[in-house]
Amino acid sequence: MDRRDFIKTTGKTLAFAAATTAAGVLFHNRRVAGVEPIVLKTSDFTVPTEKSLPQIALARNTDHVAALHASLDAVGGIKRFIRKGDRVTIKPNIGWDRTPEQGADTNPVLVGEMARLCLAAGAAIVIITDVPCNEPRRCFLRSGIRAEAEKAGAKVVLPLKEDYIRTVMGGQMLDVWPILKYFVQTDKLINMPIAKHHSLSSFTGSMKNFYGILGGRRSQLHQKIDQSIVELATFSKPTLTVVDCTRVMLRGGPTGGSLDDVAIENSVICATDQVAADSRASEFLGLTGEQVGHIALADKSGLGKLDYRSVGYKEIT
Amino acid sequence: MSIKTVRNLRRFSQIVFFVIFFWLILKTTFEVHFTPANAAEIQLPYPVSIALEFDPLAALSTLLATGTLFKGLLWSLVILVPTIFLGRFFCGWVCPMGSLNHWISEIRGVKGVASNARKIKSNRYGKYQRIKYYILFLFLAAALFGSLQIGLLDPLSLLARSIGTAVLPTIHTAALELLGWVKGLGVPTLATGAQSVYDVTTSLLLPYRQAHFHGILIIGGFFVMILILNRLITRFWCRAICPLGAMLGLFSRWTLFGLQKDEASCNHCNQCLIACQGADDPDVGAVWRQPECHLCLNCQAVCPQSSLKFKFYPQQTVTVANPAGTPRVDVSRRMVMTSLVAGVALVPLLRSGDAFEVNSDPLLIRPPGSLSESEFTARCIRCGQCMRVCPNNALHPTLLQAGAEGIWSPILIPRIGYCEPTCTLCGQVCPTGAIAELTLTRKVGNEIVPPNRIGTAFIDRGRCLPWAMAIPCIVCEEWCPTSPKAVYFAEETVIDRKKNEVKVKRPSIDPELCTGCGACEYACPVTDRAAIYITSVGESRSTRNQLLLKTRNLSRPPGRTA
Repeated sequence: MDRRDFIKTTGKTLAFAAATTAAGVLFHNRRVAGVEPIVLKTSDFTVPTEKSLPQIALARNTDHVAALHASLDAVGGIKRFIRKGDRVTIKPNIGWDRTPEQGADTNPVLVGEMARLCLAAGAAIVIITDVPCNEPRRCFLRSGIRAEAEKAGAKVVLPLKEDYIRTVMGGQMLDVWPILKYFVQTDKLINMPIAKHHSLSSFTGSMKNFYGILGGRRSQLHQKIDQSIVELATFSKPTLTVVDCTRVMLRGGPTGGSLDDVAIENSVICATDQVAADSRASEFLGLTGEQVGHIALADKSGLGKLDYRSVGYKEIT
Repeated sequence: MSIKTVRNLRRFSQIVFFVIFFWLILKTTFEVHFTPANAAEIQLPYPVSIALEFDPLAALSTLLATGTLFKGLLWSLVILVPTIFLGRFFCGWVCPMGSLNHWISEIRGVKGVASNARKIKSNRYGKYQRIKYYILFLFLAAALFGSLQIGLLDPLSLLARSIGTAVLPTIHTAALELLGWVKGLGVPTLATGAQSVYDVTTSLLLPYRQAHFHGILIIGGFFVMILILNRLITRFWCRAICPLGAMLGLFSRWTLFGLQKDEASCNHCNQCLIACQGADDPDVGAVWRQPECHLCLNCQAVCPQSSLKFKFYPQQTVTVANPAGTPRVDVSRRMVMTSLVAGVALVPLLRSGDAFEVNSDPLLIRPPGSLSESEFTARCIRCGQCMRVCPNNALHPTLLQAGAEGIWSPILIPRIGYCEPTCTLCGQVCPTGAIAELTLTRKVGNEIVPPNRIGTAFIDRGRCLPWAMAIPCIVCEEWCPTSPKAVYFAEETVIDRKKNEVKVKRPSIDPELCTGCGACEYACPVTDRAAIYITSVGESRSTRNQLLLKTRNLSRPPGRTA
């Protein structure tokens, strides 16, 4: 072996050893695992308050579309809430594989009409989605919401595992949680719950409906249900709340199933104060806001008014 | 029509039938944009299991096991009757598993003299090809005594099961991983591109959401092994193992169609042997074995001398240099008897253990509408269609939960997915009626008809938050779909460790109302092992596996339980 060969051979070996060492040092990391990215999102979709208008209106009419129009007009009409070019997400309750008559999911006719109104007011796109408890395809189909929403020209999207964003929610219980992106990446958010009985929280309406924006094992939130509902509603401030009280499930909630448990009330509430809306809607179950833990707690935390008459309640019959 | 054209027709036919088979499996799902005529009672728009109903082996074995030919299985005559005239055209022209084996065998690796010599040797008829007949006899004898094991090796069941529960879910996982990786690179254009590629793939190939199946490694491994064997011996599976091929071989006994060889023009170039799929000795000088031939027509198409010809009523003159073909199956009487006896003995062997009905696994939850265990095992061909169609990914192939007899039959695992109360899809796709098709009323019940039950829920009070840890919860009751709810609760004030009074709702089960759907177990927030769980007791399909004393409704005639 001559000197040249020696240098060449040894050089190669040394270079390879150096590269191996460099790679090890380069990728060295003392932390156990990478931390998942967390995204901060705005969730305030409210429009400025107008003192002259009531913050809550209830309309009663066997024609449910007319009831929606009447109550909506009383709180300022669609033009107050939707601007031209807005991306709108409507959040009905599509939680269960039930038919409209069973009153477990929001009345599909109301959802369709709301989408139609938003599009007529110039919305660029109306997305309708939810994170159901039961199988999403069945819930969307059998609730009748998919059909009515598509007929109205809205885009119905099923929740997919990839479509959740880990979001800082800033609550005591809800610190960081996966939220379906359509509920944070939008211009306007319309909450469209159905009023019904719930075994743990005794009533579910607008605030409880926001459970449906969450992914993950959200059923663990039941351990502190009132607190978690209020934190959710504090995080997610909708542009408008429309409570479907056309069919109200009085017992066996939130799933129900028997038509005997459903009272026909033919009423629609539109509100900019979700606490007031829930307080009024809970009366259909023979309750008052004080008797419902999360409504009382929300009032105390200043999220809205339990005494709905104090925010200019209007009733149209 | 020249022979080359006919061969191209055969190639085309193989592709068409494979695509149809694959497409039907893809369609065995609840599609996102599917709009049924009646949204309240969802019916699949296509008969997605029809390919399996054309399977003569599924037909014959369920006929032996149950005494009847179930519903669509009559279609199998469309395959079987022409086989009687022509021979195993199904294997060469139709069978999707056969085509897959064909393609993998024929993707050229090494070309040249050595490879040809190897082919000439390995494509000669070999004694190993008799195995398939013995497998067939064994399984048919077992079927006659009520145990249907044919589904393990039936090519159509095997392919449907492998694609549905192993191949497609694996593709889905890979696609999602890849998508996540590309998105993680942080280049927006790449991410959008990857997303659109993924969206297209999803709309063509993948169901709405990723399915995870219990124990697919064995199903997938078995499938891959079958495919790899083709590289060693051409269409090894079809030649040696396939019981359907064996059955069709037996049905070729009196065919009118066959191979005629002309000795005078043959120059013994052996091209026919190199191209042969079935290893049936098509060359001049050997006895052509009709029951082994797939009718691929390769030998005739490659013969440079036109010495080989498939025709009706081929000449049967026998000479020493050019013997005529034989329609006889090459099996020994002794081995046939042995396999039949083994098949007969297999059933009591499988059932004298305790897994079958005597001490069955309490977690053996069968799909809704399933027949009693003995009738179920007489019908289930383990095609996996129920598992694929289940929108909640609730149904899985068993390993040993149903005993060795029930390997890969469906089991419901509520922790992964519960039985959607109004869904009847699994019964709709079952090709053999092992899962009866339920109407919505039969599934959920009404005042007169009881609901279909698959088990009963039990509460593990040691793990239940309100029972064991003074923490409010009651998610099980929230999810319970029956009306009134089978999960009910008592509100109690309990003292926690710090001596605080805590109001909790403690759940209990009403077994009269529980259908065993498993929604409670699925939703239970005790993540690893649920504090509420389903066992099979109370299932409608069993008279023995019951919890409650049945009381008869006196307004009904005696002998009938609802």
